[in-house]
Amino acid sequence: MPTDWIMGLAGGALIGTAAAIFLLINGRIMGASGIIGGLIDGSGRHDWMERAALIAGLLIAPALAALAMGGAQTQLTDNWIVIIAAGLLVGVGTRLANGCTSGHGVCGISRLSLRGIVATAFYIGAGGLTVVVFKHVLGVI
Amino acid sequence: MRSVVAFIVGALFGLGLLVSGMTDTTKVQGWLDIFGDWDPTLAFVMGGAIIPMAVAWRITVGRKPVLASAFPTPPEPKLGRNLVLGSTLFGMGWGLSGLCPGPAVASLSFGGWGGVTFVVSMGIGMLIAPALRSRLDRKTLAV
Repeated sequence: MPTDWIMGLAGGALIGTAAAIFLLINGRIMGASGIIGGLIDGSGRHDWMERAALIAGLLIAPALAALAMGGAQTQLTDNWIVIIAAGLLVGVGTRLANGCTSGHGVCGISRLSLRGIVATAFYIGAGGLTVVVFKHVLGVI
Repeated sequence: MRSVVAFIVGALFGLGLLVSGMTDTTKVQGWLDIFGDWDPTLAFVMGGAIIPMAVAWRITVGRKPVLASAFPTPPEPKLGRNLVLGSTLFGMGWGLSGLCPGPAVASLSFGGWGGVTFVVSMGIGMLIAPALRSRLDRKTLAV
């Protein structure tokens, strides 16, 4: 649906602008997994306030916007095993790879980083294969 | 001051994820579902995000950040086992749920208990990762 594509482009521009501000002003990479992970495992103790502030904004702004719009939906599966397994995989995987969709994808590809491009190829490939297997073959999701 | 900027950055990031539809797991799974009813929205989101960021990287050349002493140096262009294995595991979890770290936090307020459970599991995964990494590194040394 073209409306979705335009909203995607507009939302993407907001995400890219956020990443650009973080880089140009704070001199930091806007990678969600790195910012969250550094707070959780203590490796980002020295700049915890900056990390916590970003996560607060990331949580509060969409909460208020969703409220103003009369609610939003994630349409997440209600299969608890899938939710827990997926959460563990995303947590372990992004920390092993040192980045996720925002760090490797947005920030990495835009500077033509080989690591970012390879990481993105692997997580999209693995994601596509997983959807094929678990949706079309096994019918779990 | 850096924290104020970080809060605004987080807010813009979260709004962008909501506006683009990336907090809706079916849109993300729709992008990954090449054999089903394929949804190309994610490509538009990525494109829209990469353009301003590519401009930002150009601006960094020969300059300093406003509130820091230096821009991050590019990582060594090394493609290790951790990068490939980590990205593969991440992709599997991303495909299963339709959530990655940014949208998982951005949708926490309206994602119900499922969303909370996902974020807690993700946090546990992030805590396990360093141990797994050092195990993998030891194995590589032993070979």
